[in-house]
Amino acid sequence: MATPLVVSEVSKSFIMHLRDGIKLPVVNDVSSSVAGGECVVLGGPSGIGKSSILKMLYGNYAVDAGQILVNHREKIVDIAAADPRTIIEVRRHTMGYVSQFLRTVPRVAAVDVVAEPLVARGIDAAEAKDKAVELLARLNLPRELWSLPPATFSGGEQQRVNIARGFITSHRILLLDEPTASLDATNRRVVIEMIAAKKAEGVAMLGIFHDEEVREAVADRILDVSAFSPRKAVAA
Amino acid sequence: MSADLATYNFAYLDEQTKRMIRRAILKAIAIPGYQVPFASREMPMPYGWGTGGVQVTAAIIGPDDVLKVIDQGADDTTNAVSIRAFFQKVASVAVTTHTKDATIIQTRHRIPEQKLTEGQVLVYQVPIPEPLRFLEPRETETRKMHALEEYGLMHVKLYEDIAHNGRISKTYAYPVKVDGRYVMDPSPTPKFDNPKMHMSDALQLFGAGREKRIYAVPPHTEVVSLDFEDHPFEIQTFEQDCALCGAHGVYLDEVVLDDQGGRMFVCSDTDHCEDRRDHGHVGEMLAPNKEAAE
Amino acid sequence: MSETPLLKVSGVSKFYGSRIGCQDVSFDLWPGEVLAIVGESGSGKTTLLNCLSTRLMPSAGSVEYRMRDGNFRDLYHMSEAERRFLMRTDWGFVHQNPADGLRMTVSAGANVGERLMAVGDRHYGKIRETATDWLGRVEISADRIDDQPRAFSGGMRQRLQIARNLVTGPRLVFMDEPTGGLDVSVQARLLDLVRGLVNDLGLSAIVVTHDLAVARLLSHRMMVMKDGHVIEQGLTDRVLDDPREPYTQLLVSSILQV
Ligand SMILES: Nc1ncnc2c1ncn2[C@@H]1O[C@H](COP(=O)(O)OP(=O)(O)OP(=O)(O)O)[C@@H](O)[C@H]1O
Ligand SMILES: Nc1ncnc2c1ncn2[C@@H]1O[C@H](COP(=O)(O)OP(=O)(O)O)[C@@H](O)[C@H]1O
Ligand SMILES: [Mg+2]
Ligand SMILES: [Mg+2]
Ligand SMILES: [Zn+2]
Repeated sequence: MATPLVVSEVSKSFIMHLRDGIKLPVVNDVSSSVAGGECVVLGGPSGIGKSSILKMLYGNYAVDAGQILVNHREKIVDIAAADPRTIIEVRRHTMGYVSQFLRTVPRVAAVDVVAEPLVARGIDAAEAKDKAVELLARLNLPRELWSLPPATFSGGEQQRVNIARGFITSHRILLLDEPTASLDATNRRVVIEMIAAKKAEGVAMLGIFHDEEVREAVADRILDVSAFSPRKAVAA
Repeated sequence: MSADLATYNFAYLDEQTKRMIRRAILKAIAIPGYQVPFASREMPMPYGWGTGGVQVTAAIIGPDDVLKVIDQGADDTTNAVSIRAFFQKVASVAVTTHTKDATIIQTRHRIPEQKLTEGQVLVYQVPIPEPLRFLEPRETETRKMHALEEYGLMHVKLYEDIAHNGRISKTYAYPVKVDGRYVMDPSPTPKFDNPKMHMSDALQLFGAGREKRIYAVPPHTEVVSLDFEDHPFEIQTFEQDCALCGAHGVYLDEVVLDDQGGRMFVCSDTDHCEDRRDHGHVGEMLAPNKEAAE
Repeated sequence: MSETPLLKVSGVSKFYGSRIGCQDVSFDLWPGEVLAIVGESGSGKTTLLNCLSTRLMPSAGSVEYRMRDGNFRDLYHMSEAERRFLMRTDWGFVHQNPADGLRMTVSAGANVGERLMAVGDRHYGKIRETATDWLGRVEISADRIDDQPRAFSGGMRQRLQIARNLVTGPRLVFMDEPTGGLDVSVQARLLDLVRGLVNDLGLSAIVVTHDLAVARLLSHRMMVMKDGHVIEQGLTDRVLDDPREPYTQLLVSSILQV
């Protein structure tokens, strides 16, 4: 089986047209890969480009140079060059993403927010909902919140909805941007277990974890993003 | 000679105008149910008094024709009488009240009860020729809808009728599809008469003076009233028989007899009623036993 | 994943005299894809939408549509009869002002049923049943079925307009500022509804909006217009999170959070 995720010589900079067109280099020549069942953790100081890498992988940021190769349904797709509908397709079936913050959709109940990625894959709504409930229970989200839209939830509650939504599918690649940042110790441990379970299923994971306990528990390998920073001299 | 000069041209309209109207009629016959525009003329009567029908009649009438004019089925209403008099004066044609003797029958509202025959022409006076008008006020759009056979709107109107009244309550100007193509408004004929238009042996011509349209149903043409599968078209039925001639299954008018609420139902087609009575039919009102009781 | 686009747009331009409405727009729209067209007022969004939906004839360019039989047809070379048939069966058009897309003087039920009757449905009971079902789907209670849209709020009217358009199971829906003119809470409800319907029915849609939050919520892909030109297009998340063009950066930075 091909490696689920390969990043090859990826570079990224931003050009800020509203600020006299200054060029802001972020990362250069990022190369790495994540095997099935492996959890690679991105390391480095704040602002070094960790989230930017995840966003490029997920298609939210464009890529200046390089390739992001994803094994999508036994075909290799280069996210860096893929058209929008291919990216949507990869997101639906192959690559999940737990962002730092939940993007709430008005009026949609927490349980439906969680179930949605399954429904989008064509899974029966009732079955998807059962699975969503199971995950929310596991993450100790109070039962009375399940049927409410998450817009008014606390940071930690929203984050658990977000995690459940990201973990509900059996995507073979999972991107995690500080999923445990605002969780208490109990729930952090639940997430650690859930990540371990994904590993056992052979999912390739790339994540950012500031919390040492979590990082220790889940990381198979740390990838230091400072190594790709065009500003590494300064950063070091 | 000089006396001639002072009189009207035969049938009032000048020959040029009659030719123009005849061309419109021919086109209308060629495209059953299609509204042909024509240059409607001023007539010596106000719009609403049948100027469209009068122009059509004037264009087709010849010295040998026999004319019958009815309004609400009756030969003796003001409108019918004055139109008949008009043609007697300007065309010196023979007139009749007998359906079977007429070659041209001009009507507002009714189709005679007696089955029309080959060679007869029924001329309708039409106030509003456009069946789509009430839902779509734009003329450009209704013309396009006819051209493209987009008639969904007609059923929208019938749907509304059922939604609000539990049934299709429209009783007059009930829309029909002619020859499987154009939807036509037989206004203001009661729907009771719609089946008589279907496969008629007579030629049916429709003239709308104010709206400047002529349309036609040639003899032996399919005329189908629009409806729904679960709300099929049906005509009015009358429980009573005609109080004068005892006719059943004809269109009846209610006549108020006194101010004590006395009333009776009689044939709207006066010629039909008289003809039956001449043949010995008697209704409840004229029945001998009733007279005896009084 | 279907391998043929639903719509192939190439070089569409529309000039109003010497003024540019839109110029040289090309893209493919795929089945199930929702495309947002964004840009400031006067940038040519509506002009482009009207050209794509054949409500306007462009000055140049072509739009090919894949018919249900799988064959592509050039929309601008179709007869008017064929185009109008497409518009009331296979397509929907949701106007910003519901009064432009509804018959205000006939009942809600008839508004929804009209398209069914137009394609030959002749069973009153079934038409009414379908209309009731659709009113439910757009969250209008069944007991309003005989009321005229005149008696409805702006949000209800807009939902009715959507039901009226979707009842024939169209494959492509055009929307021009579908939430414009509605207050925020009503907008949210409508957006959520549209989003659900688009997902459930697998519709393709082209949505004109100047509201980037609407674009984020509804669309997969986005096109940014300025002075009649498409200046940037791509995955909606990408255009909003990593805008490349100076104008797009200005647009994104001038709103709070999308
Ligand atoms: N959309 C953007 N436009 C412009 N600059 C950006 C954008 N996103 C990120 N940057 C810049 O790119 C650099 C890397 O940011 P990124 O969010 O990837 O950092 P990070 O490593 O995830 O940091 P943290 O640990 O604080 O989350 C920063 O200088 C940031 O300001
Ligand atoms: N019918 C018209 N005649 C002349 N100019 C028009 C017409 N319609 C639009 N325009 C012009 O074309 C440009 C694009 O307009 P429009 O498509 O309505 O923009 P938007 O929908 O993005 O607000 C504007 O400059 C507008 O003034
Ligand atoms: Mg970050
Ligand atoms: Mg506009
Ligand atoms: Zn009688």
